[in-house]
Amino acid sequence: MEKDLNWREYIITRLIKFSGYSAVIFVSLIFFFLLKEGLPTLAEVPLGDLFDLRWYPIESYYGILPLITGSLLVTIGAGLIAVPFGIGTAIYLAEIAPRWVRNLLKPLVELLGGLPSVVLGFLGILILSPTLRVTLNLPTGLTALSGSLLLGGIAIPTVVSIAEDALDAVPKSYRDAALAIGATRWQTIWRVTLPAARSGVLTAVMLGVGRSIGETMTVMMVTGNAPVLATGLADLFSPVRTMTATIAAEMGEVANASTHYHVLFFIGMVLFLISMTVNVAASAVVFRQKKRAERVLS
Amino acid sequence: MNKIVIENLTLQYSDGTESLHDISLDIVANATTVLFGPAGGGKSSLLRCLNRLNDLADVESVSGRIILDGENILDPNIDVIALRRKVGMVFARPVVLPFSIRGNLTYGLELAGEKRKSRHDEAIERSLKLAALWDEVHDRLDEPAIALSGGQQQRLCLARSLAQEPEVILLDEPTSGLDPISTAKVENALEELKKLYTVILVPHSVQQAARTSDFAAFFLQGKLIEYAPGTEIFTNPQNQRTEDYVTGRFG
Repeated sequence: MEKDLNWREYIITRLIKFSGYSAVIFVSLIFFFLLKEGLPTLAEVPLGDLFDLRWYPIESYYGILPLITGSLLVTIGAGLIAVPFGIGTAIYLAEIAPRWVRNLLKPLVELLGGLPSVVLGFLGILILSPTLRVTLNLPTGLTALSGSLLLGGIAIPTVVSIAEDALDAVPKSYRDAALAIGATRWQTIWRVTLPAARSGVLTAVMLGVGRSIGETMTVMMVTGNAPVLATGLADLFSPVRTMTATIAAEMGEVANASTHYHVLFFIGMVLFLISMTVNVAASAVVFRQKKRAERVLS
Repeated sequence: MNKIVIENLTLQYSDGTESLHDISLDIVANATTVLFGPAGGGKSSLLRCLNRLNDLADVESVSGRIILDGENILDPNIDVIALRRKVGMVFARPVVLPFSIRGNLTYGLELAGEKRKSRHDEAIERSLKLAALWDEVHDRLDEPAIALSGGQQQRLCLARSLAQEPEVILLDEPTSGLDPISTAKVENALEELKKLYTVILVPHSVQQAARTSDFAAFFLQGKLIEYAPGTEIFTNPQNQRTEDYVTGRFG
């Protein structure tokens, strides 16, 4: 009996250990594969050409700058939409809405987060783009703006869900204390509750941004896919092409191990680098705050 | 002189928990009134009525009147923010706001629109001295308040409400998490405070109630059982249940 129990303990421990290690192993395998397929680019295409303004792979123009700016533009646009709306919704749900409204709305918002992006893209093509074209009098409705609007919509549930959790975790006593010294409800939210939940809210923003920069299907469907260098927010009204859409659209037609193939993986590396930077920056901020709090509390 | 007159106050929470039944109580100015009794008796609820902090809780119904300086503070039309400046509160767990020591003390003044630095400095020194904290922190006012010890934090919270020059101070088990030395410091500060303010205290033990009270009200399950000067209620209680509680037979 005793021995039997020991065996079970042993197997379960090993299984859990294996699952833990396998996550690390899979990530490093993906990373090495990405490097293996992407790095040859540096030998095949001169660095100057890589950061050229022209993406036209059939004639060996591999300038990825337009794709990077396209991704950034769409992501920034999405952030401008998702962050204020997302945090605003989170504040409403956590601080203002009555309990039953919150219990109804929060699952709904989270359900929105599970909407397949291809469905949103479809709605974008059928409804959003034509509307934008007519109301803004543009030559085409397939623009960075359409992509930003839809990506903002995709990122909002992520931002809302995580920011609301963070706000909800702020002890009620903080709010009582602020109210008791004569703060209004809004002053309490703005000066006490929100700062206290700062790290969680920041995580929410970063994950929302990460979600938009990695999104592929929607942007491929609605941004028009023209690899033109974006230079400012004014380019929101013209078509762009993102890094993700380029990889998705061209990977199927490229000859294995050709230069084009390697460049696509190189784009993947750049994308990986960008989202990693965002994540590291976010966790660095959160970590720094946590450490300060721990040091102070000990 | 009566600072606060509570008339037939009845309060019900929507989930049916802790509530108050027909409480009538006169609270004397410049004295310490202690509200004591077992948990769930309605002491905190009563305290939270006095600065309308119950407004955001799930209160089903409130009836009766609470007259503070001739004004019914349960009237929905009164200025709640002004009321809360006049009636300060200190909680069981010290809640320092995520600012510096100075920031904690001046936050209420800033909210009230007071921007003059001289007034801030004046309020900081006065309130910290009253809360018996000045000697310990006057040379590090810009450090984060969270770095203070538990006892110091609680006195900072007391100083924070004093900085607004309230007239009434509500304390909800302010020493429940503190060591005996810090507790003594807080109690001594209260002894000084009642010369200037009206102090209403929910103590964390009967002993503290006996030590600090000028007047004491015994609460049991939402009802006011007995209300008398502290010297009488703890030595010669009139009600059997008060006697049982004070002598430690239950609770």
